[in-house]
Amino acid sequence: MNIDTEMVDYIAELSRLELQAGEKQAMTAELERIIAYMDVLNRLDTQGVEPMSHVFPVKNVLREDTVAASQDRDELLAGSPAGDKEAFLVPKAVE
Amino acid sequence: MELRELTALELGAAIKKGEVSMAEAAQAALDRISAQAGVLNSFITVTGQQALDRAARLQAGARDAQSPLYGVPMAIKDNICTRGVKTSCASKILGDFEPLYDAAVVERLAGAGAVSLGKLNMDEFAMGSTSETSFYGPVKNPWDLERVPGGSSGGAAAAVAAGMGWYAIGSDTGGSIRQPASYCGVTGIKPTYGTVSRYGLIAYASSLDQIGPLCRDAADCAAVLDVLMGHDRRDATSLPGRYSDWSGSGPRMDYGRLLEGLTGDIRGMKIGLPEDCFGDGLDGAVRTAVLAVSDVLEGRGAEIVPLPFPVLEYAVPTYYIIAAAEASSNLSRFDGVKYGWRADGYEGLADLYRKTRTQGFGPEVKRRILLGTFVLSSGYYDAYYKKALQAKAVIKSAFDRVFRQCDMLLTPVAPTTAPRLGESLDDPLQMYLGDIYTVSVNLAGLPALSMPCGFDRRGLPIGAQLIGPHFGEGALLNTAHAFQLDTDYHRRTPKGGDPA
Repeated sequence: MNIDTEMVDYIAELSRLELQAGEKQAMTAELERIIAYMDVLNRLDTQGVEPMSHVFPVKNVLREDTVAASQDRDELLAGSPAGDKEAFLVPKAVE
Repeated sequence: MELRELTALELGAAIKKGEVSMAEAAQAALDRISAQAGVLNSFITVTGQQALDRAARLQAGARDAQSPLYGVPMAIKDNICTRGVKTSCASKILGDFEPLYDAAVVERLAGAGAVSLGKLNMDEFAMGSTSETSFYGPVKNPWDLERVPGGSSGGAAAAVAAGMGWYAIGSDTGGSIRQPASYCGVTGIKPTYGTVSRYGLIAYASSLDQIGPLCRDAADCAAVLDVLMGHDRRDATSLPGRYSDWSGSGPRMDYGRLLEGLTGDIRGMKIGLPEDCFGDGLDGAVRTAVLAVSDVLEGRGAEIVPLPFPVLEYAVPTYYIIAAAEASSNLSRFDGVKYGWRADGYEGLADLYRKTRTQGFGPEVKRRILLGTFVLSSGYYDAYYKKALQAKAVIKSAFDRVFRQCDMLLTPVAPTTAPRLGESLDDPLQMYLGDIYTVSVNLAGLPALSMPCGFDRRGLPIGAQLIGPHFGEGALLNTAHAFQLDTDYHRRTPKGGDPA
């Protein structure tokens, strides 16, 4: 797998990260090496193997909803970088 | 009595008998912490006054029937939420974040009379094997200040080794308890996935993350795990107690019974020695010390069973694909809106996210977010992420197979002793490869512990790993306990960080 700076730009944009020019070169080279190493997995025959997300054969356990108190709004807003008494504040997102 | 020399259980017993007050114990630890501040850098936040106040309060209400760890001072890795106490994950992006709630393990520890001394330094978001990626600077190894303590729970391992608290709570996603325990000469255990609630643990890779203790010995680990384990409805992957494995043939676990199961009797225990874990790339001194463990265990009546483990080479790539994928998703929540730190000078919402994340995350975190985004992206998902989930199934079956032939595996924890500061930062892939013996355990959700088993010629500690089947903690801890009855590696203490 060939990783170039164009690919790194693309995944950086998806990740909401910005890389400076020098940083981008270094990251591209590192990712290239790391991903080349991941190709070791191509030697492993996984024909017919079901992908495993959870190691235990557990199923969802369902129950009736119960009403419980949530966190205090004032306390939550007090921990935010920008908030007023009602909401988290961000730049205008919809014109 | 030199308090530092005591294990947590010994200190707990001395407190119970009235030989030491909880305040004296807390003060002794705080004195060591302040003497070493700026040397080991193992704490991010020290809550000294709170610890002394709590010790005084607990002392006033002390009763006989309480936990064997009642009043014993300890500390908590900084990725575990503590109400009203800064929880930074060693990252700039969390700033001075003070959680509004305690993690489940913090609640359980409070109930058992733990006295917290503060929050421990670590790799940023637990991503690293050296504790050098912290925004708050690297942690030093108390056995050699030029070397790393391991990671990501490096602050926890260094603090316990240097006597700054009698035990610590860490987290282990791919070896983050076991490997620093090995580098710092302490005993640490990563329990079976689902036995300790992750509620309040800031997520790195949720399918792999598990909380566990770092201690002076196996008995302390058993006592702390007895406190930590338990069902919690707030963690969807938490398992009810009284589980045995689903085949019906494996070990059975009842939460809270580990300490009482430590007999030191391991006669007839079958210990598998996976040949693939002793091949190329393993340091000679580490090999010798780990193989010597099998002699000690054999001397106590265990049977050593050499066996193959041919999937070892697939563990690291599988782990880094899955962990990075989950990290890229988990860390999308850090955007400068709801909590933590926000960058200045942004234009619009997307730019706020981008600037905050770009300036708020360090290089290793960015590398894993980018790697994870890549393996999940359209066109590469099947080749990398889906392939890794299949490889995980293969690795899990390989463990199922070996545990039909033996009760546990004995392996090294890491291929070498602690590397020098800075070495791993230059070569991330090399650092990832160092996780070869630990990561497969997390992929399969197994319990595994690290215990000190010797020193190399530079005087650096060497660790041995015991890996068990699901719910095999009791046998692992009993085997480590048996080893520690016959050896004193776990009793040795480093000079580093001591006042000159």
